[in-house]
Amino acid sequence: MATFFGEVVVAPSRAGLDEEEEAREETPEDREIRREIEKKRYRRHCSGGGGEIDVLWTWKSGGCAEEPLVCSRFIVAIGRNAAAFLSSFILDSVCWEVVGVVKLWNEWCRTSSTTNVLPTDSFCLFYRLISDPTVLLCQCSCYVAEDQQFQWLEKVFGSMQKKSLQVTILSTCPVADYKTQESTLTLASPFLKALKTKEFQDQVCCPLLEQPNIVRDLPAA
Amino acid sequence: MFIPCDRGGDCAAPDFKGFTLLLPAVSVGNVGQLAIDLVISTLDMTKVGYFYTDCLVPMVGNNPYATAEENSTELSINAEVYSLPSKKLVVLQIRSPFIKNKYRPFCETLLSWVKSSNCARVVLLSSSHAYQRDDEQLLGTPLRYLLTPDLEKAVGGRMQELNWKEMEKVAAYPGISDTDKVLHIPGGGITKLLFTESCSKGIQMAVLLKFCSEGDNIPDAFVLVNYLNEWLQLIRSEVNPSSQWKIPSSWRLLFGNGLPPALF
Repeated sequence: MATFFGEVVVAPSRAGLDEEEEAREETPEDREIRREIEKKRYRRHCSGGGGEIDVLWTWKSGGCAEEPLVCSRFIVAIGRNAAAFLSSFILDSVCWEVVGVVKLWNEWCRTSSTTNVLPTDSFCLFYRLISDPTVLLCQCSCYVAEDQQFQWLEKVFGSMQKKSLQVTILSTCPVADYKTQESTLTLASPFLKALKTKEFQDQVCCPLLEQPNIVRDLPAA
Repeated sequence: MFIPCDRGGDCAAPDFKGFTLLLPAVSVGNVGQLAIDLVISTLDMTKVGYFYTDCLVPMVGNNPYATAEENSTELSINAEVYSLPSKKLVVLQIRSPFIKNKYRPFCETLLSWVKSSNCARVVLLSSSHAYQRDDEQLLGTPLRYLLTPDLEKAVGGRMQELNWKEMEKVAAYPGISDTDKVLHIPGGGITKLLFTESCSKGIQMAVLLKFCSEGDNIPDAFVLVNYLNEWLQLIRSEVNPSSQWKIPSSWRLLFGNGLPPALF
């Protein structure tokens, strides 16, 4: 397509996939960049197993550290706002203890294995309620890249022994992304919407998310 | 990869033996996916399962084919399978793009699922960049088809009767006249890969595609689904077929929200 300035550009396709073109148009510089990124991602884990994400459980039980955590309630806060909500209203050092951390690296952020974090850091920590150790909480303020989301899920849920597990996911989205008949300017924001599986039988505290709105990234995964 | 839905305690995988599998390629204008939406919505197909895959960008929302309060709260994700046993039709809908470098593993897993579920044939709905057409393709119908050799034997004659146009092969090196002709489907996503793999694996596959550009692709979806209907006769086509397709509720607000009154 021709732009206002007269040069011809390839219009980006909503379909998102033009692998043939991508492969052909990748210049030597692009290849080099891609290789460096891949090397950087994998270099983080030369000591551990393969993969770009590591979940390190820091709790010690009498048995071996590989024992799965028994979990009946898992609350996951994804994104800085949701993580801040948990920090402000739920978490405290009296009732909750840190039991794990996720180490990951991608082009947008890097987390470390320290559990002593500042609110402005990117981190992904797991807490356990001391009075009921089957209640787990995860604060994930770092961005998990789309090709890491599946791995994050498998590693986190894979380390759990689920006991009639109920999962609650807290997340935020910009109001501008909300699709509605009226303009979003006139909407009273912030507002809550929910999605639930049919297995979830309890009362939901807010209206359900209407079509055609969708949720993406880690909360969707 | 395929996880059947739990329907009333029956966890057995549904039987697709002899069924026609209809699926979209994520391609220019998302025309294949829009056409599939029309098929699922009009035929009121039942969800029978989904694909658990790390190859597609995750997304989730409420039932995109909701017609009333009661059926609007079922969760829907990025790759779901619907079926209509009365027409021996099974449909896969893909709702998000591929994660980088994951389209090949997806194609492999998909084709091995096709083989293991004993589908009789596969119909892939796709599209291709309109601006890449050559002079001859600019004239006449923008619709094309492709058949793998195994399906050519079975339905090649029908395509002749319908007066359909087969997708032309293009020179491997344009400008040099003496070269081999190859299949080239720009903007078609995984169409070419799925087609060539099906040819070599002996899978009966048909590709139906339309030349189009990005924009409001709803009319393109209608044209493509009517093209499909000429062959498969999913709905009655004697009356104006376009009016028979039911637009799903999720197509609302495709181009943004309402305007703030204060703007005027």
